[in-house]
Amino acid sequence: MERKGFFSRLKDGLSKTRKNITEKMDQLFKYHNEVDDELFDELEELLILADVGVSTTTKLMEKIRERVKAERIREAQRVRDILKEEIIAILGDQEEFDPSYPAVFLVVGVNGVGKTTTIGKLAHMYQKQGKRVLMAAGDTFRAAAIEQLEIWANRVGCQLVRHTEGSDAAAVVFDAVQAAKSRGIDVLICDTAGRLHTKKNLMNELEKINRIIDREYPEAHKEVFLVLDATTGQNAVSQAKMFKEKVDVTGIILTKLDGTAKGGIIIAIKSELGIPIRFIGVGEGLDDLQRFDAQAFVEALFDEA
Amino acid sequence: MAFEGLTGKLQAALKKLTGKGKLSEKDVKEAMREVRLALLEADVNFVVVKDLVKKITERAVGQEIMQSLTPGQQVIKIVNEELTALMGGTQSKVNMAPNPPTVIMMVGLQGSGKTTTAGKLAGYFKKQGKNPLLVACDIYRPAAIKQLQVVGQKVGVPVFERGQKDPVQIASEALEFAKKEQRDIVIIDTAGRLHINEELMEELSRLKSQVKPHEILLVADAMTGQDAVNVAKSFDERLGLDGVILTKLDGDTRGGAALSIKAVTGKPIKFIGTGEKLEDLEPFHPDRMASRILGMGDILTLIEKAQASIDEKKAQELERKLREQQFTLEDFLDQLQQLKKMGSLSDIIGMLPGVDVQKLSAAGALNEKELVKAEAIIQSMTPEERRNPSIINASRKRRIAMGSGTTIQDVNRLLKSFEQFRKMMKQVSSIEKAVKRGRFRFPFL
Repeated sequence: MERKGFFSRLKDGLSKTRKNITEKMDQLFKYHNEVDDELFDELEELLILADVGVSTTTKLMEKIRERVKAERIREAQRVRDILKEEIIAILGDQEEFDPSYPAVFLVVGVNGVGKTTTIGKLAHMYQKQGKRVLMAAGDTFRAAAIEQLEIWANRVGCQLVRHTEGSDAAAVVFDAVQAAKSRGIDVLICDTAGRLHTKKNLMNELEKINRIIDREYPEAHKEVFLVLDATTGQNAVSQAKMFKEKVDVTGIILTKLDGTAKGGIIIAIKSELGIPIRFIGVGEGLDDLQRFDAQAFVEALFDEA
Repeated sequence: MAFEGLTGKLQAALKKLTGKGKLSEKDVKEAMREVRLALLEADVNFVVVKDLVKKITERAVGQEIMQSLTPGQQVIKIVNEELTALMGGTQSKVNMAPNPPTVIMMVGLQGSGKTTTAGKLAGYFKKQGKNPLLVACDIYRPAAIKQLQVVGQKVGVPVFERGQKDPVQIASEALEFAKKEQRDIVIIDTAGRLHINEELMEELSRLKSQVKPHEILLVADAMTGQDAVNVAKSFDERLGLDGVILTKLDGDTRGGAALSIKAVTGKPIKFIGTGEKLEDLEPFHPDRMASRILGMGDILTLIEKAQASIDEKKAQELERKLREQQFTLEDFLDQLQQLKKMGSLSDIIGMLPGVDVQKLSAAGALNEKELVKAEAIIQSMTPEERRNPSIINASRKRRIAMGSGTTIQDVNRLLKSFEQFRKMMKQVSSIEKAVKRGRFRFPFL
């Protein structure tokens, strides 16, 4: 029952994505009964339009060409399955997300990707599982970011540690860690200010926050989540690379998949950097955060029904 | 600054052509294949790329090129022209209402930067002597109104808000208020929404028919991928956009969205957001940007920036001093401070023609810290030392190093480069003559 609910919700959220890709795919396969160069060109175009990126698309296409040749595939329909298999192979190559408790999540990303909203949803998810959740209002830079998180904390019904705007973010996180320890918190989620990955000083600040968590809370299971906007193009790879370098990102949360953006960039990121995808955001509601499941993601992306 | 990645790739692709005396169709095709890849990697929309490459190829293998003496240069010229055309020719300004207030409506996806940009825009108009009013119509996102209030306070522009009331109602009340208070520009901040969210798009339509804005601006994230055109198209079809503001251009995005949006919707980019500070908003000049992408520099913007931040009198004074060789460390300090006002070093250098900023910064040549150091060192000197550096002996050096938190080596280095600079200036007069005779050329040209 739970599983079915998950699939249908995922599919709902991804319906736009799926429709876009699969409609074109279907068109494509209707006209192509046989495998020829034109089919490959159009497949390539589809991947590029999904933001998969030139190099990953080229890699995927090479592999598919190889397999088509080796397995002597004649029907176009079969090529679609192969494409699906190859993408699942890239995305599915990761361990289950199963943190031990107490856990601490550091949430990072560039401006406007939806960090604060995602934290609200994450907190809700864990509260529902009966965990004690504490948020740390680490975005002390953007106007009214603290108030925004506070509203989420009230909505979800979890605790919050906050300082005033303009105060030291590292100090907020330090206090939050102490609070988490003394209050017996299961999951501490730290918000941070959005920052472009090219701003050296801001990235160093993030490194410092990360260091404080390591030093003050070594007994907790730590995850560093990079929040990525599904509408982002090739720049997402650069973001992932630089954030990984600074704070060793352990997982990606892909947001705004309920638009027309296809989020194909995660395929490139997974294949180039090997960072696992953990959650996807498919709407504005509290429940619109799903655990990422490669099989389901690709199935939902390509499924016709 | 954005576009640098694209610049490097395009330059590399076109470089192969410049040396050749004659171009075959194959040469052009090969270069265009690389141009295509460079554009796609920069997130320029697939369809736009296809179109652009086709146009360039047609022109490049045609008559124009074959008869030219420098075919490579000719191709670059064509690429430049096509890029400029794609980005929309010359600068497009905001439509001002004949009878104030001018109403500007900001729309866009969540997280594109509408609220921050609304604040920046209000600050921009205020600087021009206008009397703007900000209107908070984002009633959905938690604390969005508060955010606009903080931003408005920072730029010194009042914010009109009525809590979570119907945005259409808020906006029309705001208009009344603006007329009464003689506010000549009204900037309406709306909630971020997906272009496929029927209900919220409908709200924007109602808002539009109620307040009849003179200008509807789409705020778009420069890092957007292939989907940028879908978003811009939907907003345009629904509301009829007047222009676009591109945000977050201060990252390392290659900014393909800028090219695509204009090409697909035909709507000009009017402003670009280039930083976190509220003054980091610039009018967009497509022709200059195209030149910049091709590494041909953007001297015009550089001059404008210099004019805006350099004190005219001081500049004349400096010129006299340079000519009479009375340039002191004090003047040097002055120069450093004025330079800082113009923006980051790499931004300034990036506007010079033929300079590859990425290569320079990789080589460590653009270290902003060195500037800060130099400033600290000079500030730790006595006025007399600044005017007459020759009196600086070992003991004075030690004092200066301690005072500025640097080492004696740093002080030595600064004094040495200042000496070199002075020597160079002595040669300037002779260079000036050479320039007049047309003999002198910059080493990088």
